[in-house]
Amino acid sequence: MAMLEVKDLHTSFCTPAGEVKAVNGVSFNLDEGRVLGIVGESGSGKSVTAYSILQILTHPGRIVSGSIKFRGEELVGAGEGALRKIRGNKISIIFQDPMTSLNPVYTVGNQLMESILLHTGRNKEESRKHAMEMLRLVGISEPEKRMKQYPYELSGGMRQRVMIAMAMACEPDILIADEPTTALDVTIQAQILELMQSLQKKMGMAIIMITHDLGVIAGMCDEVIVMYAGSVCERGTADNIFYRPRHEYTKGLIRSIPNIDRDSRERLIPIAGTPIDLLRMPKGCPFAPRCEHAMKVCLDGKADEVFVGKDHIAACWMNVREAMAKNALVCDENGKILRMNLDGGDMA
Amino acid sequence: MTQTAQPLVDVRHLKEYFPITTGFMKTTMLKAVDDVSFTIGRGETLGLVGESGCGKTTVGRTLLHLYKPTSGEVWFDGRKVDRSTLLEYRRRAQMVFQDPYSSLNPRMTVGDIVAEPIDVHKLCKTRQERAERVHELLQTVGLSGEQATRYAHEFSGGQRQRIGIARALASNPEFIVCDEPVSALDVSIQAQVINMLEDLQEKLGLSYLFIAHDLSVVKHISNRIAVMYLGKMVETASSVELHRHAAHPYTISLLSAVPMPDPEKARHAHRIVLQGDVPSPMHMPSGCPFRTRCGRATAQCAEAMPPMREVAPGHFAACYHL
Repeated sequence: MAMLEVKDLHTSFCTPAGEVKAVNGVSFNLDEGRVLGIVGESGSGKSVTAYSILQILTHPGRIVSGSIKFRGEELVGAGEGALRKIRGNKISIIFQDPMTSLNPVYTVGNQLMESILLHTGRNKEESRKHAMEMLRLVGISEPEKRMKQYPYELSGGMRQRVMIAMAMACEPDILIADEPTTALDVTIQAQILELMQSLQKKMGMAIIMITHDLGVIAGMCDEVIVMYAGSVCERGTADNIFYRPRHEYTKGLIRSIPNIDRDSRERLIPIAGTPIDLLRMPKGCPFAPRCEHAMKVCLDGKADEVFVGKDHIAACWMNVREAMAKNALVCDENGKILRMNLDGGDMA
Repeated sequence: MTQTAQPLVDVRHLKEYFPITTGFMKTTMLKAVDDVSFTIGRGETLGLVGESGCGKTTVGRTLLHLYKPTSGEVWFDGRKVDRSTLLEYRRRAQMVFQDPYSSLNPRMTVGDIVAEPIDVHKLCKTRQERAERVHELLQTVGLSGEQATRYAHEFSGGQRQRIGIARALASNPEFIVCDEPVSALDVSIQAQVINMLEDLQEKLGLSYLFIAHDLSVVKHISNRIAVMYLGKMVETASSVELHRHAAHPYTISLLSAVPMPDPEKARHAHRIVLQGDVPSPMHMPSGCPFRTRCGRATAQCAEAMPPMREVAPGHFAACYHL
């Protein structure tokens, strides 16, 4: 059994303009000590997925249906008390913007000690020692002095380190990082990513890395989920996603980023059109209006998430067409597609 | 690269200091841009990269005289920019801003936003002519002319950036400062805007100063790249040369820190992780600004700023240890 099981999660925001289906049927599993990346553009529902796991959605967002199980325990519909035992203790989160997610009127030490006092039963002195230990762990010099400082006295990179120290203070099983480096410069980003990798090795927690930067994903993640308009387009190992993409959106995304290793001034191949309006979702595949290969079937209905290879799931009708041509389609007696052997080799 | 004998833009020893109140009756000078010189040829794109706070946006703004330079000169098409040439300069040099949300007036229609440079410089004689020009400009950037009567909030981020570009093109400029034009956009939209900027350059013969922190984007669009650190220029070279044979230790670590969207390469990449943060520009280190984070720093580096030296043809770097 996986540590975290998310099944058919639907999260909506009921706005005056209508229901915004921010997360629309997302399922995934996360095993111990694995790094899962979720990539997508703004509005793809990647952050809302994370907030749904911790149930820290802001009004008017709510989980409409689905199940989130942490070590077998159902979190959807669980009481506040039960959730409070998990938040910050078993599952913790690093927010995107280190400038606004720390409380400006409390010292760093005060904020660091809060979760330790709340969850671990340590007394104040032990908590202070532990907090200082955490600061040292994330590479902050003079922890004694930093404990007494306020967030405004620290630089962006330092604040993000403090955020990480806070998230790690109770040795969580899962660390959710919501765009942890987007607000930072490249050299500081490299420091933070390096730090997260070394902490992950040392403490063995699982990480859910949410980002729009394919570069960050490539270097860190075991498994990657690509999201578009609240749905999972594709899920697979980093190698599968980058070298054998099986969804037109993933392919488009990889084609559209400039590669620093390319010497010629090759033209980029952008994805046409504009991101989808979540209030006016099409009936079929949400990417169909921008997809250059869209077929009639794409407009009529969304393709199911199907295994297209070992550790590789995609929801694209193009694969069905290809699999039929290659005779790689495996169906049950009712004609339901079970899997497609598109990547070649053995399927698990 | 079309670099004629006389560059279109010639920036000489540009300095921009901001007075900061640090106490009662006490001000300190924040050296946002400190002695920066460069040239941009006709039809050329110069990329300007650096971390936040290094002064790259200030260079762009001071260059257009949106800030009055503390000292230094800007020469445009063989003439020095001063009070008598400023209006003409502002017509021929335009800017595209970073944030497509705050750089368009929400109370104006898109047509009026785009036509503002036309009105300021009195480029159209009749209303009819003005409307036609707006129509044409919107079509140039891939929007439809009918959208001129709408307001900015009705458009997505990518479309707003297109409106910003249409406005910059309205006065038939020869030179455009693009200040992080794609960093607020989604990846799939970024490529659309970058391609459009390239097409416009080819069609209209524009020169760009392309300011960005994303090295892969800058590398893609620029002929030459200049790297800034704490208000000073540390290296300039052609984009291919800079990528292959970066000389300055800062450039080398900057390039190695760029995350690569390729799992195989990312696994084997040798990342040079810089220690510490960028020093505050209020308390600038003496000598070379990078020495506090540099692995090669010696006593000499603390004494004086190393001069720009040509390390290869057309490739300049400011470091003693090359």
